[in-house]
Amino acid sequence: MSARVGVVTFPGSLDDRDAARAVRLAGGEPVGLWHDDAALASVDAVFLPGGFSYGDALRCGAIARFSQVMDTVKAAAAQGMPVLGVCNGFQVLCESHLLPGALVRNAHLRYRNRPARLRVETAHTAWTRLYEPGSEVVFPAKHGEGRYVADEAVLDELEASGRVVFRYLDNPNGSMRDIAGVTNEAGNVVGLMPHPEHAVDELTGPSTDGLGIVASVLAHLTGAVDTSGVSR
Amino acid sequence: MARVVVDVMLKSEILDPQGEAVLGALPRLGVNDVSSVRIGKRVEIEFDENAQNVEEQSRVIADQLLANPVIESFSLSIEGA
Repeated sequence: MSARVGVVTFPGSLDDRDAARAVRLAGGEPVGLWHDDAALASVDAVFLPGGFSYGDALRCGAIARFSQVMDTVKAAAAQGMPVLGVCNGFQVLCESHLLPGALVRNAHLRYRNRPARLRVETAHTAWTRLYEPGSEVVFPAKHGEGRYVADEAVLDELEASGRVVFRYLDNPNGSMRDIAGVTNEAGNVVGLMPHPEHAVDELTGPSTDGLGIVASVLAHLTGAVDTSGVSR
Repeated sequence: MARVVVDVMLKSEILDPQGEAVLGALPRLGVNDVSSVRIGKRVEIEFDENAQNVEEQSRVIADQLLANPVIESFSLSIEGA
């Protein structure tokens, strides 16, 4: 039986269908979750997709943080359930304090919409364990508020503890230290701005590098690979 | 009825590209002696007639929702409490 990966739909989510499709293509079973339903429908992992939840009112992700589903996601994440946030999902994770830092307006004020070359910095997360550390991937980036910021002490701590997961090779938004994605201390919660779910087939994406994200979490859930990474 | 005004500003160390863009437009108005522009949000909150603990509740609203302490700071002013 394949693992069940919940994909949350907030009012204003855009990439929930692509996220579900990516889960299916990588061999998982996508399960739709609704923002004002606290039930997680016995999923094994949660994918918070991109878009503009609640119209980005106040700040991106600020309102979604208080949704019913996020209460349960927070509790499940604390128990070790793998949670991935992409783009707006990453913003929601930062606003929910599941990940450190914040995402603010791109330094050049322009919406960026192009493939982003990234370096995978660590395989010690539930969502990247099948990648070779140091390898390069291409995921589409499309955001106006993707500049990762945190104070210097937090950035130093992230670097020192190996919690920078993805780094831009051509920083598209002014993110501090070229950070494109980070993880929590336990390695089960990962957020990144570029979209692995749009890089899952040759016809529509710039690469198929994104399949490894879901494949990683499936491997993590079935314990199919060495667990020296995540369960440090 | 208590009316509370919350001003939310990006912390000084956070780059404010909107403010920079406004600063860059000022010479086109003929204004050349401005050194910095920072843009924030002003939020006006009206409490019910007999609301209690207005300041405390306002602080919760500002701290947990209106401002993200990672990047923003806020100030409160309460009128007619």
